[in-house]
Amino acid sequence: MEKTKIENDYILEVKNLKKYYPVSRFSISKNRAYVKAVDDVSFKIKRGTTMGLVGESGCGKTTVGRSLLRLHDITDGQVIFDGKDLSKIPEGRLRKMRPQMQMIFQDPYSSLSPRMPVGEIIGEAVKEHNIVPKSEYRSYILKVMRDCGLQPQYFYRYPHEFSGGQRQRISIARAVALKPKFIVCDEPLSALDVSIQAQIINLMKDLQEQYGYTYLFISHDLSVVEYISDTIGVMYLGSMMEMGDKKRIFENPMHPYTKALLSAVPVSDPDVKMNRIILSGDIPSPVNPPSGCKFRTRCQNCMDICAKKAPKLKEYEDGHLVACHLYSQD
Amino acid sequence: MWKYLLKRIGLAIIILLGASALIYLLSMLMPADYIDNQTSAALQSGAMTMEDVMRLKELYGLADKSFGGIVKSYISWLKSTISGDLGFSFLYGKPVTKVLSEYIWISFMIAFISYILQIAIGIPMGIKASVSQYSAYDYTVSVFAMMGTALPSFFLSALLMNVFAIKLGIFPLQGLTTATTVFAPDEHLKILLDKAWHLVLPITVLTLLNVGGTMKFTRTNMLEVLNSDYIRTARAKGLSEKAVTYKHAFRNTMIPLVTSLSGMLPGLFGGAMITETVFAIPGIGYMALRATRQGDIPFIMGYNMFLAILTVAGMLISDIMYMVVDPRVKLS
Repeated sequence: MEKTKIENDYILEVKNLKKYYPVSRFSISKNRAYVKAVDDVSFKIKRGTTMGLVGESGCGKTTVGRSLLRLHDITDGQVIFDGKDLSKIPEGRLRKMRPQMQMIFQDPYSSLSPRMPVGEIIGEAVKEHNIVPKSEYRSYILKVMRDCGLQPQYFYRYPHEFSGGQRQRISIARAVALKPKFIVCDEPLSALDVSIQAQIINLMKDLQEQYGYTYLFISHDLSVVEYISDTIGVMYLGSMMEMGDKKRIFENPMHPYTKALLSAVPVSDPDVKMNRIILSGDIPSPVNPPSGCKFRTRCQNCMDICAKKAPKLKEYEDGHLVACHLYSQD
Repeated sequence: MWKYLLKRIGLAIIILLGASALIYLLSMLMPADYIDNQTSAALQSGAMTMEDVMRLKELYGLADKSFGGIVKSYISWLKSTISGDLGFSFLYGKPVTKVLSEYIWISFMIAFISYILQIAIGIPMGIKASVSQYSAYDYTVSVFAMMGTALPSFFLSALLMNVFAIKLGIFPLQGLTTATTVFAPDEHLKILLDKAWHLVLPITVLTLLNVGGTMKFTRTNMLEVLNSDYIRTARAKGLSEKAVTYKHAFRNTMIPLVTSLSGMLPGLFGGAMITETVFAIPGIGYMALRATRQGDIPFIMGYNMFLAILTVAGMLISDIMYMVVDPRVKLS
């Protein structure tokens, strides 16, 4: 009998994810204020694809990424990874599952322990989780290093001896050495030079083709996201504003915020007339977000209803979801 | 590395010269010098005249208190010191080096045992407190640590003496040996146990005073490391909390810890002046306090120079250790 392949081709399903941080530990009033870093976000990622998550600084992208791997506990909601609800798994079993879901951190300078040589940084968890038999350990680590463009003699060197790009290669090698299925890439390029960014993103794409990883790619750089992603989610102040296939988002952005973001992408041709949408004001405080639609304070198309009712995320095209009152909410 | 060491040693010599000049000046300017202290009774009763006193001062080199005189006597002190002769202690009637080498060991033993206890208690407490930050354990340990650090040593000594020696009578009040028992010279074990019994309270005092500092230092540095990004990386790797705490966090906390603790090592020879005096333990600190009160200039100079060398050596050791434990640091 042929074994039926798992029907569920979504590796990750996030349902109504919420993460609130209390503002003060020693609040006197009963109604403690919360920073709603992530407020009711839902999405799915297909196996072997890349989802790009974009938004301004402080919009909750990183918090989403960390919540998915339960690097911190979530306030409410579900994260279903490979059919298992991560938020309900006890700590000990979650630890055993960690190799399957890895993270590449933003800052390659601070995310590597300064007192460990590269080989140990990459190999420590490989040993811990018995990813390969002991006899193959060394050759396996060297192979991972080679895959990530690191030379074998780096094995005994310390992280401080490397440049940012090489350090990010170490971070990637560290993550992929565990043979993960899913990798959260938390702005892995933002600390790097543009020329290095290209190398790293190509490395990540190559690795994906070779090993079929699923990525959640968090970034505020739309051109990078366009290059690597299959689907894109746009976040603003802890909420998902628009979500869909890359092509649809870039060709037909529907939400005013997405339009503003896309109009801000630099174009290399100086003769192109830019029709930039300038967002005035700052991102509002996530402690007291605006009523109704969170984006209304900076939106060009703000209407009366926007202050009263929060728009729901609704599907308007095939696989293209928008949360905006400009479109029929019924 | 060698160049760095040479530079540091050169610097240390300058520091020591400056310190010695300052200490010499200050001790010469003390209002009553050694001879005044020794002869005041005889002078009052008329057994000695002012001329006798002046002659004695001449003999001890204390007569000329003008600036030029002090400079002259300082230079002669410096000359003999460089040749290795620290002079003769007025009070103890022995060469200063001999007094130092005789009384240093008991002080070192007390300090070393309390140093070991301080590490063995303070570091694990600090780690535990940092791992469970803001817990009841953390607060309790921190409060007791602060209390220990804040208490003056003479007060803590008096407190322990009152409770354990006077009220409960478990430990002896003072001294290093029991005066009422006579041991045969070959009863080594009994003599040793008797001494150890006398040292329990002073060692407890020193440990209580210092353990808080070590604990706080460990806790602060652990917290800093525990909040760093690579700890999150280690957790994301799926390492056990124990591996995260000890292999990643503590290993990086070791850098400041080893640096500061190894810097303390030379200071262990310096003696605990107040604690030794309160418990009447004939250690180097106790001897130094007596000599200072009496204006025993050669001993004051010898002892303070010894302390200065220990301090400089401590700084040098902690710099070198910093390089040994932190792969990022290369001294140049």
